[in-house]
Amino acid sequence: MTFLAASRRFNAGGDVVGRSTHHRRLWGLLAIVGLAVPVCVMGQTTAQDARAAAITEKGNDHGVPACVSCHGPHLLGNPALGYPRIAGQSAPYVTEQLEALASGTRKNPLMMPIAKALTPAEREALAHYLSGLPVGRAPTPDTLAQRADSATRHAGEVLAMRGRWADTLPACDRCHGPGGIGVGTAFPPLAGQPVRYLTDQLHMWQQGTRGPGPLDLMSTIAKRMSEEDVAAVAAYYALQPPTPPTAKASRP
Amino acid sequence: MKTSTAVTVAALAAVAGAVITYVSVRPSPAPGATPVAPAAPAAAFTPPPDSAIPDDQFGQMVRLGQLIFNETPTYAPQYTGNVLSCTNCHIDAGRLAHSAPLWAAYVNFPAYRSKNKHVNTFEERMQGCFRFSMNGEAPPMGDSALVALESYAFWLSTGAPVNQPIAGRGYPKLEKPAQAPDYQRGAKVFAAHCALCHGTDGQGQRAGGVQVFPPLWGPESFNWGAGMGSVNNAAGFIKANMPLSLGGTLSDQDAWDVALFMDSHERPQDPRFKGTVENTRKLYHDSPMSMYGKQVNGVLLGQHSVPAGGSTRAGTR
Repeated sequence: MTFLAASRRFNAGGDVVGRSTHHRRLWGLLAIVGLAVPVCVMGQTTAQDARAAAITEKGNDHGVPACVSCHGPHLLGNPALGYPRIAGQSAPYVTEQLEALASGTRKNPLMMPIAKALTPAEREALAHYLSGLPVGRAPTPDTLAQRADSATRHAGEVLAMRGRWADTLPACDRCHGPGGIGVGTAFPPLAGQPVRYLTDQLHMWQQGTRGPGPLDLMSTIAKRMSEEDVAAVAAYYALQPPTPPTAKASRP
Repeated sequence: MKTSTAVTVAALAAVAGAVITYVSVRPSPAPGATPVAPAAPAAAFTPPPDSAIPDDQFGQMVRLGQLIFNETPTYAPQYTGNVLSCTNCHIDAGRLAHSAPLWAAYVNFPAYRSKNKHVNTFEERMQGCFRFSMNGEAPPMGDSALVALESYAFWLSTGAPVNQPIAGRGYPKLEKPAQAPDYQRGAKVFAAHCALCHGTDGQGQRAGGVQVFPPLWGPESFNWGAGMGSVNNAAGFIKANMPLSLGGTLSDQDAWDVALFMDSHERPQDPRFKGTVENTRKLYHDSPMSMYGKQVNGVLLGQHSVPAGGSTRAGTR
């Protein structure tokens, strides 16, 4: 359809400015090539997405179990076991984490062999596919977060929104966005992630079992946090809605 | 069929085993995970905690001031022409030493300022912030935005000595660098240490309708008249505070270089513009610390600036 219209336009243009038939054919050919290339790329992406979707639902034939078996239906996370929501996660972040797990700079006994069993192409495909999935709350409640007392939640809110600069702790929201919804490709969402997951990650940075991340920011920050701080921010963010509340009435 | 069942069983067993292993090796709190106080020059003064804001009419004004300070485009939209907030350059809601804290400024006004060659009250000083740093419009004297911000600054200064030198005021003054600040070196520092948050184009990042990381140049940043447009001010701020939470980690040379790089980009016009860039430079930017009116990469800085005032200019948005 588009090609026909384009070709008609070229012909019309040819008539007006008196382009030779040879030129017209060349333009037509270029138009076909121009349209065909994106279609090919799109087809490839769709095929990759289908492959990635199959891995998330059924795993692959070289040792990778279905992602949904741990990360929950629609990959929205499993609070009881502390498995994070991976739906809607930024593609570069997922790729980076899978590579870190495969190389062992992010130590996790469950995910390391799985990441290793994924080919680089499968990791890329998964990253692309996951980034396009809708974000939402995990289907099961985070009972640990619900059990946190109001003092803990309040302490978490203060750290999340204001930080504690006496210990050079910036507000978590300063980088992870309002309510911890995540910012860009480098600052992952904290909102609605399981308490156990958030706690584990902070402990891993404290112990050096998770790579320091960009600019060593998180390993530096985690080491400035007390055990109470970790518990407080984990409970606070686990209870935040994973999607932004109705956008504030501020200018675009 | 048999094979696929076997694979499924094996996979399930692997997952189950891994789950058990994972749960049992779940990281425990680090033994040494007590708060580590980083080495930062201590300030002699600590402002009161938020919990000490009085629960009365004055306290309400203090809280309004704090809101304006932290989310300026939302709470003072009529005077704010860009997407910045006061707290972007006065970290921790104006509390942090060496980040131009409000408590150190408040107790040192009224003061003579060479910028406008007369004695300024604190209120007039804040008008300057709106006009230049916020690329907006100065709120009229007595406007509730200024009353609120002054109330907040006054309250933060509770117990601070008036008209005395106070540690942590302004940004640190860096020694002259070993090598003259350099754009190309600055570009490399920017890519390595700043672009993660501020973007490779320096335009910051938004999320959920909120400006999370501020733009450092361009039409939504501070204008050519702002203090941060002076390379020495920017270098001091960057050295003490950037990257956020990693203050003091850049070398002085890196801070100077990247400050020059940031201040060598186009931004909104100086609202004091007088006819030509050359004339405006002579009147207000006659300093090696200002890049306004200088040629960078074949462009005369200030020549292509968008008009001052941003969204406060009637009919622009």
